[in-house]
Amino acid sequence: MTRTSLAAVRPTRREFLQAAGSVTTMALTIGFEWLGPSRRAAAAGASPAVFAPNAFLRIGADGSVTVIAKHVEMGQGAYTGIATVLAEELDADWAHVRVESAPANVKLYANSAFGMQGTGGSSAMANSWSQLREAGAKGRAMLLTAAAKDWKVPVTELTTEKGVVFHAGSKRKAGYGSLTAKAAALPVPDKVTLKDPKDFKLIGRHVPRVDVPAKVDGTAVFTLDVALPGMLVALLKRPPLFGATVKSFDPTAASAVPGVVKVVQVPHGVAVVARSFWAAKQGRDALVVDWDDTHAEKRSSSEMMNEYRHLAEQPALSARKVGDAVPAIKNAAHTVSASYEFPYLAHAPMEPLDAVVKLTATSCEIWAGDQFQTVDQANAAKTAGLDPQHVSINTLYAGGSFGRRANVGSDYIVEAVSIAKAYGADGTPIKLQWTREDDIHGGLYRPMYFHKLEAGLNEKKELIAWRHVIVGQSIMAGGPFEVMVKNGIDPTSVEGAATIAYEIPNIDVELSTTRSAVPVLWWRVVGSSHTTFAVEAFIDEVAHAAGKDPFAFRRDLLGHEPRMKAVLELAADKAGWSAPLPKGKGRGIAVGEAFNTYVAQVAEVTVDDAGRVTVDRVVCAVDCGIPINPDVIAAQMEGGIGFGLGAVLYGAITLKNGRVEQDNFNNYRVLRINEMPKVEVHIVPSAEAPTGVGEPGVAPIGPAVANAIFAATGTRVHLLPFPKSSKA
Amino acid sequence: MSTSFVLNGASTTLDADPAMPLLWAIREVSGLHGTKFGCGMALCGACTLHVDGEAVRSCVMPLSSVAGKQVTTIEGLQSKAAKAVQAAWIQLQVPQCGYCQSGQVMSATALLEKNTAPTDADIDGAMSGNICRCATYSRIRAAIHAAAQSIKA
Ligand code: FES
Ligand code: FES
Repeated sequence: MTRTSLAAVRPTRREFLQAAGSVTTMALTIGFEWLGPSRRAAAAGASPAVFAPNAFLRIGADGSVTVIAKHVEMGQGAYTGIATVLAEELDADWAHVRVESAPANVKLYANSAFGMQGTGGSSAMANSWSQLREAGAKGRAMLLTAAAKDWKVPVTELTTEKGVVFHAGSKRKAGYGSLTAKAAALPVPDKVTLKDPKDFKLIGRHVPRVDVPAKVDGTAVFTLDVALPGMLVALLKRPPLFGATVKSFDPTAASAVPGVVKVVQVPHGVAVVARSFWAAKQGRDALVVDWDDTHAEKRSSSEMMNEYRHLAEQPALSARKVGDAVPAIKNAAHTVSASYEFPYLAHAPMEPLDAVVKLTATSCEIWAGDQFQTVDQANAAKTAGLDPQHVSINTLYAGGSFGRRANVGSDYIVEAVSIAKAYGADGTPIKLQWTREDDIHGGLYRPMYFHKLEAGLNEKKELIAWRHVIVGQSIMAGGPFEVMVKNGIDPTSVEGAATIAYEIPNIDVELSTTRSAVPVLWWRVVGSSHTTFAVEAFIDEVAHAAGKDPFAFRRDLLGHEPRMKAVLELAADKAGWSAPLPKGKGRGIAVGEAFNTYVAQVAEVTVDDAGRVTVDRVVCAVDCGIPINPDVIAAQMEGGIGFGLGAVLYGAITLKNGRVEQDNFNNYRVLRINEMPKVEVHIVPSAEAPTGVGEPGVAPIGPAVANAIFAATGTRVHLLPFPKSSKA
Repeated sequence: MSTSFVLNGASTTLDADPAMPLLWAIREVSGLHGTKFGCGMALCGACTLHVDGEAVRSCVMPLSSVAGKQVTTIEGLQSKAAKAVQAAWIQLQVPQCGYCQSGQVMSATALLEKNTAPTDADIDGAMSGNICRCATYSRIRAAIHAAAQSIKA
């Protein structure tokens, strides 16, 4: 059932390509001009002895293997996974493998899931699986052919291991580095045979992350750390209300701050450009701007939620229909209903957004933890009035993103280019730095949603009908991804709900899309960040009404979904689902699918007499196909659980008369170490093609904890974040 | 105006606004980039460094306040505790995006320099000012215990 429904609500790859095409325009190969620490060696090695059989691989005469990553490394382990897959087929020595970021080039480096160059949808491993295995295998085949010719032996008699070619018969061996010149002269083979998974030496093993050493001694380079000769720092004063614009401004006080160089107006506000962050910050504090808020959002989020509640009772558009749920619920022997409210959420990546731009009349070079390279390239080009081929992007490590850096308007990149342009486009490098307050106030939030659910049970207390109404803003509408909105249904508003996996004869999922000037965006695990909560909290209420164990009730509705059922059973088994717990403690379960990865979690909580919740333990089972790097998978589940838990406990962006009420980590609270539960991760062995792990672990934790709170207290959670009384 | 102090073992005089937060003086004037900016309000710990051996939030400390003091950043870590922390961080593969990790390493080092056998409660006390949005907390805890073990051994 799920698979057919997925087709109904998920855009096809072609639709993604069309959507992406409208923003990517043409992109050409652009070389690196900036020589960062890792690139310096690479450029220095660009001699004829370098063997570069394809856009993803370069082997130096010294035997060093450089893998070119088209995905950004923002913590999810993409660099390591990408290098592992390629190095596996190449039979490279892991100790000599390095990763370098790809330039913006849609022809060479498009994400096969969206047709433009970018990272998202937990797609890096699914994307790399065949492409990079083939890239590595072709490189290896050419090195083998080079050695065979040299030694005048049949290629079939050669073997490889850790970057060395061996000929057992003649006891000869040669390191890959010594073969690069000869291999480079050979044609690239059309076809290669990939390894049998039983021969994998890196995939599925504990391969250490390539980025960890530099992230432990402080040498990893983030955008914050880019320092170019003569570089200035800009802070931008943005409107206090979404949709407001600059009416007028007085730069006098700002300009008087020592170190302030220029105050410039850009379409998004007024920027203070200074010799240091501190000067720019003081200048911005002193800057006086008068705003025009004619078209601004002036409502409070509480008013908006009232409107959403009202809309949930009005006719909406159908996102999924099986049988006829409305009459089935009307005539059911028993009914259950509940509603769930979800706030706006900020991504709050640890590194506040930042970008460095060096703009001249003919070129634009950008340094950023760039997640949407060819979109950002096109937007930067348009802003600068240049051809995209004259915009180059250096992708650096991103200090987290959770979706924030991938947006079709390229907000922070376009701001930085606009400032450089207003400054004079004279080649002065300018770093646009956001503060944490800019980030929390900065919009592009996970949308606010209202969910209303109703279920019908027959006399035997079997679930026969399910109705789910979702109200909230669309992420895709109004932008280049609008083409993915079909019949008024934005798939990201309903994924996880319209794709409900449980076998129910009558299903009705409806969507009412609202509008606001508050800009919204995908947030880690996208639609499932709210839909999985609603579905999994409500199915728990239905199980209770049916008098069934919540685990057994789910399992019995998943007979046709073997992978989802398997993770559910594994999590329940490892958690000791049926073992009794003392009073004041409770256990809750939830399961979900996102980006074709299946995750189930069992949470154990303690609720004290004052109603304070402590999450003691989380047992997580995941099926992501062939596990490429089990330790990275475990890390992503652990991190996803902590990220999701922080959001359900504390996360909320609220508006008061249009103004965001939160500013920094004092009132936009996130999880801290003392609130992190013990997490155990169990990976389902699989021979299926690998799928992503960066996001899916986030979805089930909220409902698992909510269901555990019910088990401990008999109280259901319907409002997110959890009520203040139950905060730890 | 200038401020003199000892930075990573070397006498240093910085000619900068004495009100400038130490974080920005270290980053933009001294050019040491390991110490990060996360909140600017002593809420996240990304800017943690050591002043006379204490872990402090450099984003809210005026440069003038370290006159005559010993300042150590991640670039200057030398102690046995620091090396044990960094080795454990690698062994347990703690970092994800890595942006918070300089601050985490600095806070963990300061803890272990004073307390070689921290309990979970000690770890909560010393580390709860350091946010990790990637939520690497389980591994941070395990790595601090592992580092404590290795110092003892
Ligand atoms: S930047 Fe100093 S505590 Fe956050
Ligand atoms: S590793 Fe990303 S914020 Fe800590």
